[in-house]
Amino acid sequence: MSNIAPSATRQALRICSRRCPSNNFSRLSPRASPSFGHNGRRSYVSETKPINATVSVETAIKADQKAFLRETGKKPQDETMPTTGLSADTMMSPSAGLLKQATIMDEGTRPIYLDMQATTPMDPRVLDAMLPFMTGLYGNPHSRTHAYGWETEKAVEQAREHLAELIGADPKEIIFTSGATESNNMSIKGVARFFGRSGKKKHIITCQTEHKCVLDSCRHLQDEGFEITYLAVQNNGIIDMAQLEAAIQPETALVSIMTVNNEIGVVQPIEEIGRLCRSKKFFFHTDAAQAVGKIPIDVNKMNIDLMSISGHKIYGPKGIGACYVRRRPRVRLDPIITGGGQERGLRSGTLAPPLAIGIGEAARICKEEMTYDGKRISALSKRLLDGLLALEHTTLNGDASRHYPGCVNVSFAYVEGESLLMALKDIALSSGSACTSASLEPSYVLRALGNSDESAHSSIRFGIGRFTTEEEIDYVLKAVRERVTFLRELSPLWELVQEGIDLNTIEWSQH
Amino acid sequence: MSLTQVGKGDMAYQVRSLYRSLLRQSRQFAAYNFREYAKRRTRDSFREYQHETEERRIQELMQKGLKELQMMKRQTVISQFYQLDRLVVEGGKTGKQAGDEGGIVRQKDTGWD
Repeated sequence: MSNIAPSATRQALRICSRRCPSNNFSRLSPRASPSFGHNGRRSYVSETKPINATVSVETAIKADQKAFLRETGKKPQDETMPTTGLSADTMMSPSAGLLKQATIMDEGTRPIYLDMQATTPMDPRVLDAMLPFMTGLYGNPHSRTHAYGWETEKAVEQAREHLAELIGADPKEIIFTSGATESNNMSIKGVARFFGRSGKKKHIITCQTEHKCVLDSCRHLQDEGFEITYLAVQNNGIIDMAQLEAAIQPETALVSIMTVNNEIGVVQPIEEIGRLCRSKKFFFHTDAAQAVGKIPIDVNKMNIDLMSISGHKIYGPKGIGACYVRRRPRVRLDPIITGGGQERGLRSGTLAPPLAIGIGEAARICKEEMTYDGKRISALSKRLLDGLLALEHTTLNGDASRHYPGCVNVSFAYVEGESLLMALKDIALSSGSACTSASLEPSYVLRALGNSDESAHSSIRFGIGRFTTEEEIDYVLKAVRERVTFLRELSPLWELVQEGIDLNTIEWSQH
Repeated sequence: MSLTQVGKGDMAYQVRSLYRSLLRQSRQFAAYNFREYAKRRTRDSFREYQHETEERRIQELMQKGLKELQMMKRQTVISQFYQLDRLVVEGGKTGKQAGDEGGIVRQKDTGWD
């Protein structure tokens, strides 16, 4: 076989070299032909040697590879088809040509989202309700003179009704704001400034595990001459009612306690606090950003006077929140933002209709699906928690029974929380609230529970939501189990623990 | 012809048809979490009301289902426009499959030499 090929090629070349000059080359280049005449051979190929005609397998393969590599890496969206001027992507599918991000990688690399306390994905139903108001229906809801304004206003009022229904309030008591942080600021500063003016009511009670925006608002008020009491929490994260009662003074204007903690997920006894506040005649504000739409809330039953709601924690859009401000008995506030007098004069400025409609739709869905979602999230949470606590030396932070199941905060002893987060790159998690996770300080919430620095450093929060699946939970459990074991194997402390030495009995420093 | 006309008047047929369309549409979501949720929610809500007998209530639920179907038709298109990378838990084209069904298996080419 290998002998036949070179000889056949040689034959072909010889025929070609004889034929070419006789019919066309000599005619085209008459001057060139005499120069070949003197050596007697007319040959337009190099001298025939067996080596020249042999197809070298190596070089052929290399050439093929080169040609192949030149063609690789060309993406359809980058290539233009010849003669048409269209991109190859558009030729293959007209709709795909519109996309820039249509490249799907073979293997999934996107992490699983388990940080539902930071934010939640927006429900497609919410987007569907918002889209008409982002495209055609662009009227200003405060315009009274034309149909553009009326239709938008109608939809916004509908959204307000949905939100009010979710918390058992009257639609007129809902004020749209830009988010829960603004609602918290508005409530705390507003009430304090309004009632502090007379100089009699200058005391506010809050709690150490509150969200940063509440604590910061209180700190600002402290600078303005208010007196603030920061209640400590018990080991399980819940405030002590006796302590709260003891902290009350005649000049107390406001109590602000959050409903569901964003880091450990404990549910405070809101109903009891509300009853106490009503009986002592001062206002009760609760930051319910993590609670609304997830656990049943009724502002009248719980005697809540002011409540903060966030849109993006209830599968709604970001950039919108709401504040519930009770009308009977009336809560009076000093508005932070003044102007045209929209929203009962408490928050001036044109509303964002698509966002307001989005939060309204999100509230409607939350009300409709609360039992379904609740059941499902509890089941997933149980599955996750059982799996995590099956590992040795892991503890759940916060109370086990008075607990919102969608937030699971677990400490893994002898593992650095940050290094575990790094090891779990394929899962989107955080060690605490999004605002404080950038700093390397241990979470102040966990410190307030009386946890040691080590325990606070080694804790991770898992957030489960409406769109979490069982497969994701199983994946997370497997990943956590593998990597916690791996990180512990690296740790010298873990070795000591395995040998049965109590770490607290060791004297570490000799100098 | 007559058979289909008789069949289409049947409520049970309509319900089954809606159920199938909803499930089929659910599968069109590009985002894994939304897709799984839509499938699960459809199944669970049909199961929840499977013993409903009151005609009026069934009509109401059908209307609701049709609304959801319309919404899903719009949202699946949007979802397909803005596709992202797959999640680590999703089975990709490589044949790696994290779940337990629907895997694409890459076969070895045989029979060439």
